[in-house]
Amino acid sequence: MRRLVALPLSKSFQMAYQSIRVRFFRSLVTTTSLILAVAFLTFTQAGNDITEGLLAAKDPAFVQLLAKIGYEVTPGAANQARSAKQRWIVFLSLLVCVVGIVNAQLMSVTERFREIGTLKCLGALDRFIVRIFIIEAAMQGLAGGIIGALLGTMVACSASIVRFGLASASYLPWSTIGTTAFYAVCTGTGLSLLGVLYPAIVASRMQPVEAMRVEQ
Amino acid sequence: MTATKKIVRVTGVTKNFDLGKIVVNVLKGIDLEIEEGKYISIMGPSGSGKSTLFNMIGGLDKPTSGKVFIDEVDIAQLDAYELAWLRCRKIGYIFQTFNLIPVMTALENITIPMTFAGVSNDDALRRGMELLDQVGLTGRHAHRPSELSGGQQQRVAVARALANSPAIILADEPTGNLDLTTGEDIIRLLKELSLRRKVTVISATHDYKMLNVSDQVVWIRDGHVDKIQQREELDIKTGGLESATH
Repeated sequence: MRRLVALPLSKSFQMAYQSIRVRFFRSLVTTTSLILAVAFLTFTQAGNDITEGLLAAKDPAFVQLLAKIGYEVTPGAANQARSAKQRWIVFLSLLVCVVGIVNAQLMSVTERFREIGTLKCLGALDRFIVRIFIIEAAMQGLAGGIIGALLGTMVACSASIVRFGLASASYLPWSTIGTTAFYAVCTGTGLSLLGVLYPAIVASRMQPVEAMRVEQ
Repeated sequence: MTATKKIVRVTGVTKNFDLGKIVVNVLKGIDLEIEEGKYISIMGPSGSGKSTLFNMIGGLDKPTSGKVFIDEVDIAQLDAYELAWLRCRKIGYIFQTFNLIPVMTALENITIPMTFAGVSNDDALRRGMELLDQVGLTGRHAHRPSELSGGQQQRVAVARALANSPAIILADEPTGNLDLTTGEDIIRLLKELSLRRKVTVISATHDYKMLNVSDQVVWIRDGHVDKIQQREELDIKTGGLESATH
């Protein structure tokens, strides 16, 4: 009974990819904000990872440098305050990003009301529509997340090299940075999916008769 | 007299729209029977309830009271899956605004209903190309709607409506956005294909050019069926329609 109409997964991917490709510049705007937010997240986190990695190296030259720039070598109150502030800023930037994504996706749904209504007239179930929107958002989130993570990591690494000299490059904790980048990509994709949830539900509830309505 | 199958049966349908303070009674009791294989035009002035009746027949809206039977199945009783199946396999839609998916090529637009119906990709592409040939757009398969003229877009829409060989084609003002000659082409195309494939065509229209090809004309006025004219009764004079003034 449930197999009366079907949309194969490969076809949904194809439709989602085509939608993004044709509306490339518009989806670029949301993706840019996602890239920047994820880059910021990666930058702060990777920065922390790098300083910790340098500390763990126990090289006296670095410890002196770190103390000079005000980074407390032993954990203390000032460090906690700084990291709390950091966390707030990162959280706010991610929040702004999600709000931007929700807005952009809602606009996209409103713009495509005729397309959605037509697809339903051709026999699409509500969940096909949701599926297409979710795949689109996942693709944008993944692309934005990967670019953002790479950007953030690069900036963090270059910043530490500039600050601590070329010698510090050998102490960079690559595996920790890798893990950070991975979590950042997941966050980016997750945010994108979170932002598309409400608009996708709105799109699926749209009546096919909307497609018929002609604006006089 | 052989009883031809009644593919669409509308009994006592009324429709009221609740607009907050006022209730608009758009359809005030429609009874209609449409035989299989005929070309029906539903005509009426603006605001007569033509489009609302059309939406009822097409399963896009539910009547306030009364029943609509498509192939003797009461469509109000269908759940979402069965309704989707109906729209996919049994009914083909043609819109005034063409309603092609702008991000897809002509061929992809035509094969969407086939994908929903579970047809394999190769079969879908083959049938899609055949349909494009039948509507006279060979060679335009890779073009997007933005690269096609209005008449060509409507031809793609006609091909799409025929994708799953439906029993009924519903056309809502198919020539509304087209000029005179292109409109005539589309009407001729619809008539040809409907004869060849034995499809029932129901079109809601203002366009008097439709009358030449219709087997039956249903006049709607003010939410009621004013009169139903068979082909023989239509008296068409150039420059106007005799019965339209009554």
